[in-house]
Amino acid sequence: MFVHILTRLFQSLVTMAAMAVLVFVGVFAIGNPVDLLINPEADQAEMAAAIARLGLDQPMWRQFLSFVSGLLQGNLGTSFVHNAPALGLILERMPATFELALLAMIFAIVIGVPAGLVAGLYPERLVGRGIMGASILGFSLPTFWVGLMLIMVFAVWLGWLPSTGRGETRSLFGIEFSFLTLDGLRHMFLPALNLAIFKVSLVTRLARAGTREVLLQDYVKFARAKGLSPARVIFVHVLKNMMIPVVTVIGLEFGSVMAFAVVTESIFAWPGMGKLLIESITRLDRPVIVAYLMLTVLLFVTINLIVDLVYSVFDPRVRLSESS
Amino acid sequence: MTLSQDLSSEVPVLDVRNLCTRFFTEAGVGKAVEDLSLCLRRGEILGLVGESGSGKTVAGFSLMGLIDPPGRVVSGQVLFEGVDLTALNERALRKLRGNRIAMIFQDPMMTLNPVLTIGTQMIETLRAHRRISRAEAWSRARDGLARVGIAAPEERLAAYPHQLSGGMRQRVAIAIALLNEPSLIIADEPTTALDVTIQAQILAEVQRLCRETGTALIWVTHDLAVVSGLADRIAVMYAGRLVEEGRTEAIIEQPLHPYTRGLIASVPSRNLRGERLRQIPGMTPSLMSLPEGCAFAPRCDRASEACRARAPVMETPASGRMVRCFHPLTAPEDRS
Repeated sequence: MFVHILTRLFQSLVTMAAMAVLVFVGVFAIGNPVDLLINPEADQAEMAAAIARLGLDQPMWRQFLSFVSGLLQGNLGTSFVHNAPALGLILERMPATFELALLAMIFAIVIGVPAGLVAGLYPERLVGRGIMGASILGFSLPTFWVGLMLIMVFAVWLGWLPSTGRGETRSLFGIEFSFLTLDGLRHMFLPALNLAIFKVSLVTRLARAGTREVLLQDYVKFARAKGLSPARVIFVHVLKNMMIPVVTVIGLEFGSVMAFAVVTESIFAWPGMGKLLIESITRLDRPVIVAYLMLTVLLFVTINLIVDLVYSVFDPRVRLSESS
Repeated sequence: MTLSQDLSSEVPVLDVRNLCTRFFTEAGVGKAVEDLSLCLRRGEILGLVGESGSGKTVAGFSLMGLIDPPGRVVSGQVLFEGVDLTALNERALRKLRGNRIAMIFQDPMMTLNPVLTIGTQMIETLRAHRRISRAEAWSRARDGLARVGIAAPEERLAAYPHQLSGGMRQRVAIAIALLNEPSLIIADEPTTALDVTIQAQILAEVQRLCRETGTALIWVTHDLAVVSGLADRIAVMYAGRLVEEGRTEAIIEQPLHPYTRGLIASVPSRNLRGERLRQIPGMTPSLMSLPEGCAFAPRCDRASEACRARAPVMETPASGRMVRCFHPLTAPEDRS
């Protein structure tokens, strides 16, 4: 197990290094921040001084080296716009995105797994077909449009739920969270639902496919031949096996929900990392973009590792091969 | 008339009468089991023999009421200890399954749930049918494993299926089948997937356990050699129909149906070393498109016009002996 984790960590480091190069070069290609950052009234000398202060007068490889040396010291650069450490800016916004993503994934599991199970058990019936039809909608409707519809229906017409901001927050371990207050939860509901819709469809389809596959297995027929109740067969014998692929995907999707909550956060004015990213891109705030992308890579690598470990809880076969 | 009525007046454990199971698919109707009649007394072992696709597995599931759509038992009766199972609802059937009638499947690698421990899978079988505490169920499960010859049963209860060998898993499946002391076990080719040495052990074990507990056993197999050493009686299936039935020695020494003779001749044997193995020409017909008349006629060297025109019915040429053939063999064939 220990060796396994070490190997995985090494793989993760290689991934991180490769991504550092890609991200840095990629961000260089999107434009010159000087045009946006510096007062057009400024004279030649002031402009040169500003460029030198930001380190933009250096050739690209020099800039990359100083980026890497900063990276190794845990310094991801200083925002051109906010004149504050990029990492700090992002981390400040992270809890908001994190709690939103977490709630979205909870929605995805709580709705998707039962829906997929039902659709898998009764693929021919109306309920099964209905669930699959709904999941196609969930896949194909664009997030921004669904978000606008949610706001229109629940915030404008019905007036049940607020549509912008985090609402009242409460501090936990020195970090502000919305989920600790009722008002915060009400503010979270619509953006989390919007973020979840695509994932609900995904989990539903996975759960359905898993259920249908497991149902054909001999051990399910054997369980029935033992005279077990249908509830026992479905909720123990089928569900436990069906959850294995679902857990993998849920883990990976959690990363993508966190990293790419951009659209939802913009629509619902949710002050998370995604909104920061959009602002940084429009202002070509390179250090923040780079820091954000590096953090995303780190997030995915970590989640992959965690999924691997959680996997073994569900699948004893994995547990054995790792411990031996 | 069935065999048990000849021999005794006790209610047979299983009395199957004219059972028909069909599969209604888009490609047509498959007659998987047609007019099946069987009778088993307490403690008796019946070998149900047939090639792949002869309907023998479907027959086993039909008895349990475990045929899934598009398949359905369309007619006939399954009298289990005098009660017709085809007339029972799902709830009543469930009370019998795993309790009074148990089943052992073909592939031990696939029959145990990979994510549940052996103990869980045994205890749930007990607790599905009787109100006992977990502790009591656990100790009965342990005794069950010990009974089928598994060493260190306590440790095995905590193990997952993948930690056991194939033979061990099949022993576990047998232990599960025996847990509630059923009066009938249907074993569907339980040794086919195992090594020959393990196969012999399992056979001996099952035979001993059935004798000890008085459990009747239907051993479904394609391997005539296996059942000839195990079964009291043999029933031969071809294309969904029973073609011959009788006491094991009688069937082996003097087969009446040409198909049975073919099966026996194609078992490799030491005495016939160096000779070409005999085989039955042709292939098993598809159950979707059975020929008119006797299904075996196209492969049979004794077939006449009558065989191709209409299907023969089951006849009883001697006590305890049944055959479905217009031209049964009368004397053992000269093998040379």
